[in-house]
Amino acid sequence: MNALLHFGFLQRALVAGIFIAVACAVLGVFLILRKDAMIGHGLSHVAFAGVALGLFLSVLPLVTALIVSVAAALGIMRLKEKAGLYGDTAIAIVSSLGMAVGILLATLSGNFSVDLLVYLFGEILAISPLEVWLSLTLALLIIAAVALNYSKLMFMTFDRESARVSGIRVGRLDALLTVLTAVTVVLGMKVVGILLVAALVVIPAAAGLQAASSFRMAVVVSSVVSTVSVLLGLVVALSLNIPASASIVILCFFIFGGIFLIKRKRGLFAG
Amino acid sequence: MDSAAADTRELIAVRNVSFGYDGGRVLLDISFSIRRGDFLAIIGPNGSGKTTLIKIILGLLKPSQGEVILMGEPVSRFRNWQKIGYIPQKATNIDPFFPASVREVVAMALLSNRRTLGLSKKQGEAAIDDALRHVGMDAFKASPVGSLSGGQQQRVFIARALVTSPEVLFLDEPTTGVDAETQDRFYGLLDRLNKKEGMTIVLITHDIGIVNKHITRVACLNQRLVYHGSHENFCRSDAFKDMLSSGHLVSHEH
Repeated sequence: MNALLHFGFLQRALVAGIFIAVACAVLGVFLILRKDAMIGHGLSHVAFAGVALGLFLSVLPLVTALIVSVAAALGIMRLKEKAGLYGDTAIAIVSSLGMAVGILLATLSGNFSVDLLVYLFGEILAISPLEVWLSLTLALLIIAAVALNYSKLMFMTFDRESARVSGIRVGRLDALLTVLTAVTVVLGMKVVGILLVAALVVIPAAAGLQAASSFRMAVVVSSVVSTVSVLLGLVVALSLNIPASASIVILCFFIFGGIFLIKRKRGLFAG
Repeated sequence: MDSAAADTRELIAVRNVSFGYDGGRVLLDISFSIRRGDFLAIIGPNGSGKTTLIKIILGLLKPSQGEVILMGEPVSRFRNWQKIGYIPQKATNIDPFFPASVREVVAMALLSNRRTLGLSKKQGEAAIDDALRHVGMDAFKASPVGSLSGGQQQRVFIARALVTSPEVLFLDEPTTGVDAETQDRFYGLLDRLNKKEGMTIVLITHDIGIVNKHITRVACLNQRLVYHGSHENFCRSDAFKDMLSSGHLVSHEH
């Protein structure tokens, strides 16, 4: 294991992976409680269009994916507010459009190739130093933004109307949460790929919510589940020579299942 | 009707407020004022616009006509929200799986306003403890709020509303689904806040009997303001008799 840690690529992958994992888990807790768990899934499809655009224009796909996803996330928010659409309809519309544009761009550039597959399935072990620094900075910014607005975000999620009457500008916080989610999804895409990033947002947070008796505990447990999954997942992937994205997400699921079963056995399960 | 225009104790003024959803009228030309130290009950039948009126006063809904002046400022420009406590109608219909401890629920309001209130972290914690003691819920500080009874949850929401030491407390049907004994204790608490600490209280209810002993003023609503004035005069008024005889108002004495 010591010898493995000396490999630069593994160190990079670990550092970036941990911070991204924590950002995904923390935001996931808010998204699930806002009954908005599918936004991660929807935005990952949009990120696909962003990546395809980057490859088409020969620009760093992480950057184009960030721009396209943030724009789409704000678009989904506006559609929800203004168009009077039911539930997840806005997400379904925008994510389908993202997928269609992605396929079109990939075909036009004749580049339905290894590059795109790497983004679809994730390849954290191939993350470049530039991407590590970009991811690390953004993940820290996300965690800091949530920490600074923690009480307000919790109040708004718990009781939106009372939060408004206590002077919280819920519209601004909605926009903040939406932008943070879009950035998180794009960062998570580097760890587990477009196809699995929604899992990194939802499963650790769902596990934390199962275990928690307070909001703080939910956030902490989710972050631990997410971090452990990424660390162990990478080790397992290297040892068994399997894709890291798959091992990370399967580990997430097992930890979630474990917590679920323990809770059920203790008779605390109220569902 | 009271002539409140020149009243120096005026805290909130509702001026010619009308409101309608998709063409249907909910409120029509409502004008009245709430004075410091009032214990006001807003009463009226279902669909009379009581909740809508409170939401307009608190800036949650925009009136189609008229304006609300909150502590001397139009509600759209009002910023001192820590002076307002609000417990919405569905406060006890919270998501039972929401993982928040009692302390966290009370802390939400305080910590969101900590900078405005100029409180240190330590003072904040002390204010949370104080508010919980006030409603007799200090022993439940670490309990998940979803595991409490309806009455206990209601007390936690009161603590959340009290923690910023507001000057006025708004409550929308606060004791729906709460047993009679808890209701009595609850109104006793509101009474102390009003009489001992001078807090202004505005309460929506459809059951005038329960709040009879405590309130000082009544605003009776049925799209229009049918009556506004002292509680004693209301009980002798035609509006009161009309409401009772039409079954629009309940009067349970405890």
